[in-house]
Amino acid sequence: MSPAQWDLPPELCCRPMAFVALTGLDVVYNAIHRAIWDAFCANRRADRVPISFKVLPGDHEYPKCRTKRTSYEWYIPKGILKTGWMNKHLNLVPALVVLFYELDWDDPQWKEKQSECATKVEIVRTSLQGRNTKVAVVLIQKKTPLPPGEDLVASERASALCGACDLSGKSLFVLPHTDHLVGYIIRLESLDVEYLSLYVVSNNKYLLFVRHQFKMGFFSELKQDTQNALKYYRTAYSLVHELRAHETNMLEIKTMAGFINYKICRLCFQHNTPLDAIAQFRKHIDLCKKKIGSAELAFEHTAWMSKQFQSFGDLFDEAIKLGLTAIQTQNPGFYYQQAAYYAQERKQQAGQLCSHEPGVGYPAPDPLETPSGALDFYGQRPWRQGHQSIDPPDSEKEKQGILALQVKERDVLHSELVIALLSNAVAQFKKYKCPRMKSHLMVQMGEEYYHAKDYTKALKLLDYVMCDYRTERWWSLLTSILCTALKCSYLMGQVKDYITYSMELVGRASILPEEQKSRIEKNLIKVLMNEVPQPEPDCDLASVKTAQSLWSDRISLAGNNEFTIEVQDYVPFVQCKAKFLYPSFHIDEPVQLHVYVRADCPHPVRFSKLCVSLSNQEYNQYCLLEDASKEKDILETSTQENMCLVPGKTRKYCFKFVAKTEDVGKKIEITSVGLMLGRETGRYVYLNWRGGWGDAASSHETLQASRSFKRRTRLPEQQVDWDTVTIQSSTMIISRVPKISVQLTHEPPALTNEMYCMIVTIQSEEDTVAKDIKLTAGLKPGQDANLTQSTQITLNGSEVCDDSHPALLPDIPLGDLQPGQKIVKPLYIHCVSTGSRILLFHVAYSVSATVEGKDINCKCHKFEHLERVYVDIPFLLMMDILSASPWLIELVNSEVQLASSMTPIDQPQSQVEGVTLQTSECASECFLLKCPPVQNGTSTVASGHYFISWKRKSAFAETSVVRTIVILPHVMVENIPLYVHAELPSFGRVRESLPVRYHLENRTGLVQDVEIGVEPSDAFMFSGLKQVRMRILPGSEQEMLYNFYPLMAGYQVLPQLNINLLRFPNISSQLLRRFLPSRIFVKPQGRNGDTSIEAA
Amino acid sequence: AEICITSMDNYPLYIRSIPTQGELKFHYTVHTSLDVVEEKISGVGKALADQRELYLGLLYPTEDYKVYGYVTNSKVKFVIVVDSSNTSLRDNEIRSMFRKLHNSFTDVMCNPFYNPGDPIQSKAFDSIVSTMMVQAC
Repeated sequence: MSPAQWDLPPELCCRPMAFVALTGLDVVYNAIHRAIWDAFCANRRADRVPISFKVLPGDHEYPKCRTKRTSYEWYIPKGILKTGWMNKHLNLVPALVVLFYELDWDDPQWKEKQSECATKVEIVRTSLQGRNTKVAVVLIQKKTPLPPGEDLVASERASALCGACDLSGKSLFVLPHTDHLVGYIIRLESLDVEYLSLYVVSNNKYLLFVRHQFKMGFFSELKQDTQNALKYYRTAYSLVHELRAHETNMLEIKTMAGFINYKICRLCFQHNTPLDAIAQFRKHIDLCKKKIGSAELAFEHTAWMSKQFQSFGDLFDEAIKLGLTAIQTQNPGFYYQQAAYYAQERKQQAGQLCSHEPGVGYPAPDPLETPSGALDFYGQRPWRQGHQSIDPPDSEKEKQGILALQVKERDVLHSELVIALLSNAVAQFKKYKCPRMKSHLMVQMGEEYYHAKDYTKALKLLDYVMCDYRTERWWSLLTSILCTALKCSYLMGQVKDYITYSMELVGRASILPEEQKSRIEKNLIKVLMNEVPQPEPDCDLASVKTAQSLWSDRISLAGNNEFTIEVQDYVPFVQCKAKFLYPSFHIDEPVQLHVYVRADCPHPVRFSKLCVSLSNQEYNQYCLLEDASKEKDILETSTQENMCLVPGKTRKYCFKFVAKTEDVGKKIEITSVGLMLGRETGRYVYLNWRGGWGDAASSHETLQASRSFKRRTRLPEQQVDWDTVTIQSSTMIISRVPKISVQLTHEPPALTNEMYCMIVTIQSEEDTVAKDIKLTAGLKPGQDANLTQSTQITLNGSEVCDDSHPALLPDIPLGDLQPGQKIVKPLYIHCVSTGSRILLFHVAYSVSATVEGKDINCKCHKFEHLERVYVDIPFLLMMDILSASPWLIELVNSEVQLASSMTPIDQPQSQVEGVTLQTSECASECFLLKCPPVQNGTSTVASGHYFISWKRKSAFAETSVVRTIVILPHVMVENIPLYVHAELPSFGRVRESLPVRYHLENRTGLVQDVEIGVEPSDAFMFSGLKQVRMRILPGSEQEMLYNFYPLMAGYQVLPQLNINLLRFPNISSQLLRRFLPSRIFVKPQGRNGDTSIEAA
Repeated sequence: AEICITSMDNYPLYIRSIPTQGELKFHYTVHTSLDVVEEKISGVGKALADQRELYLGLLYPTEDYKVYGYVTNSKVKFVIVVDSSNTSLRDNEIRSMFRKLHNSFTDVMCNPFYNPGDPIQSKAFDSIVSTMMVQAC
């Protein structure tokens, strides 16, 4: 039996299609026949009737038909299903034979042709030998037929032909060879199907047993009646499990159960009921799982199980390709995975059961040989076919047979099977978002490759998934993968991989027991010393032999002995942290750098070189620790103590260097730290920490350590707790601190237009002479461009600056300064606009060839004014002068210069003269103004200017008077047709009469109709006209008198006066009401004896 | 059977299996089941009420084991693997096991000396897990 013995037969897996034989066609030499044949076979789409066609010669011998049994009473079946049965009905016995014959209705030799056709039909009939196969005749005609009934000759001759051939009229077809060939063919096909249905029914003689049910199902499928087929198959399936199972027929039962199950699942998927399929499959597996059969052939069972899962996976996958959607937890991957599991199981069992002694050979004569070369029934033993009793007929033969099977099994390449299934599963899980499952399967694949001794592939797979487990921090799984990978790299003599995996297995990410780690470390050291490592345990002996010779070859090999391992991808047993001591260093002090190194291996390890590379490589030479005794034996020198890493202890290495002046203001970064294990002369490995620290596990460890509240155990002197070491991987080189003091004396804020004085005091604290002192003072560049225009700076404070002065005075030479000497320099700043300014004072000097500087920023403030002006006839212009200055301000004078559109009512005179304002104090003055009438309704007019003369009241220096001009805001001037104003006392008293007089003045040249109403109010009773309509003559005035009687105390809203101008409906009472007071203060009534009461 | 607790980032905080010889296989089972857990908790469009349910139920069926999942609000995952043949443990029993486990885990987290994210080393927790293991085996 071949390894493919477990494969399902192809005739089972295909979709059964009725077989139709076409005869009388000469497809090789006859172009017309060829075209007909092509029309049958080509472009068979899903919408065409599923039929398989075959061209057979007219005298083709069909399989012989056995005589049908009339009764099954005495029939002892030899097996369940004959192996040839399905193939017979799919490919050998046609359901219909179609005879093609070229004959036109008006053929001159009609008689001869007719009898020839009849003969041909007879030949076909004889060769079918009594099978129920139908025969049909197709006449290929060159002429297009006339519509039925019109061609009398045709109908007459047709019936004659039918008679001659013993055919019913329905079995005779005409195929005109015209352009519409395909159309005719399709019609012909559908007619065929009718015949097929007849054929199947006539075979319905079987009633009993699995075989019959299976056959019924199969025929139903041929008929494309899948619903019934499913029903028959289901019955067959339950019948198969009712069969009495024993060791001799177990395989047969399982094989048949597998076949039927396959059919059921397939149909379920076809009917788009995947859940039914899954349920059936689960049932099938549960029923068959325990039916192992012969213990000596247990591998057969697992092979069968594997096949069951695999074929179900295939069916599932196929259904998905046809549009079914699978989900993460239910996809074909699981079935492939399980298939792979059983395949692995099979491999194991085969290993146990088939490990015969070398002397045991394949038995002769071959018990698996059958006379026909194939089995008669599915799932039977070749040496006892047809045998159905419980005990094997010949125990010796049985033994030989089992032995033969075992020997065969031994030669099966199990690993290949497992790997194929696993890779199927991987592809599925990839699709259904199961990255971890995928990784797991890839590990299994890798392990299987390892068992199959394909170490390259194994290593490739393992290496690929390793990082997933590393980043997920599943150390137990990583360790197991690493162990396999280490074995692979050992067996292949891959030095670099061997070193890498060893380093990780020895380190903290590995959960190996200490003695294992110790063994691996010893091997690692051996490899680094260019020696042959000890073989890994549990390796294939033959492979170990080759590996050992590989390793010894490596020793003699000269080059290729330097390896660099980028640590960030692994978790090696050496950890490293490098840091600058400070985030910045001044150029005049040495840059200090500490490198902490720690090993977590079981034994102390010695390294030969530690080097730090920095972003400026010139410093690298200062950060290097090298094994000084290159040629001597390392163990001898005590100075080398330093280069030895003791497990669990943190070592600190200090480096120092002086930064170069061109690096001032630049960052120096640790680009990497390298640690060399092994010897430069021999083999060495270079661990490289990019950025100076950290491997694949460090960032998480650092995070955990930073969160931890654990008390740090006090460590003895010189020892550092690893977790407390922080990282500082870059440092800034900054300029030397200048030993010179620059002081500014001034009284901010500066005020606008002021000649603001700032005194700069420079004092040297240098030990030597500070030469060539230069002061740069003024507006700091890079601010608003307008500030440059509005700021001037000068050394001369006696006169007011103008635009010719610059905003920045660069490099004012101040000469040299002796140690301790002081220079005082006054500067004047004149700001024309408000706003803060950042000023720059920069002192540069040279001292022993080092240039230094210092910047001081200062801010200037200014104060601001607020103005508000009311509109209309006589109005007040009110000035509020708010001092924003932190210093005392003395107002010297103020003046209003009115524009021509305004006229003062009285003589404006400054009311704030001589007033001194403190910070945030306010001085107010107001002027009564009037606006002459304007021509066109409303317009905006300028009000004028306001001048304030002020000075800073300071004891510090005599200050000059500054004159500030404020432009008064423009006002809207409106013409109002009616002017209303009220005369009323300043306050009222509860329950005391309050007389109010309203004046209404008509300012137009027209008579005004006015409607006046007073709205009631809760707070007042009143007497007077509640609602009135009147006329006011042009330029005249009307008075309205009311007596209000307040009822409540406090600020009360007066009863509202509504005025409607009938001529000016757009002048709302709202606007007019603005001229009237809206509220009044009502005092409470006094007690008895109050003077006011008495007065009342 | 196996009980495993993994952190938010899916690395194991606590993992214990009985019998210990098949440990690696259990570990792989738990690890692969995290795929399903991740998928379930990342499932968007879930109602708020659903999110309050921490028990994820049977994650996926294998031939030999049943794998159940549970996720705390802080995305700490609990996974219990039991033998398929163990029919005494129904959904309700598993649910209550998870609840017990969660309570015990909360106690561990309340320990001021426990640094969240570190492997769990607690006798009280161990004994709770042990009693559950007996129940599950």
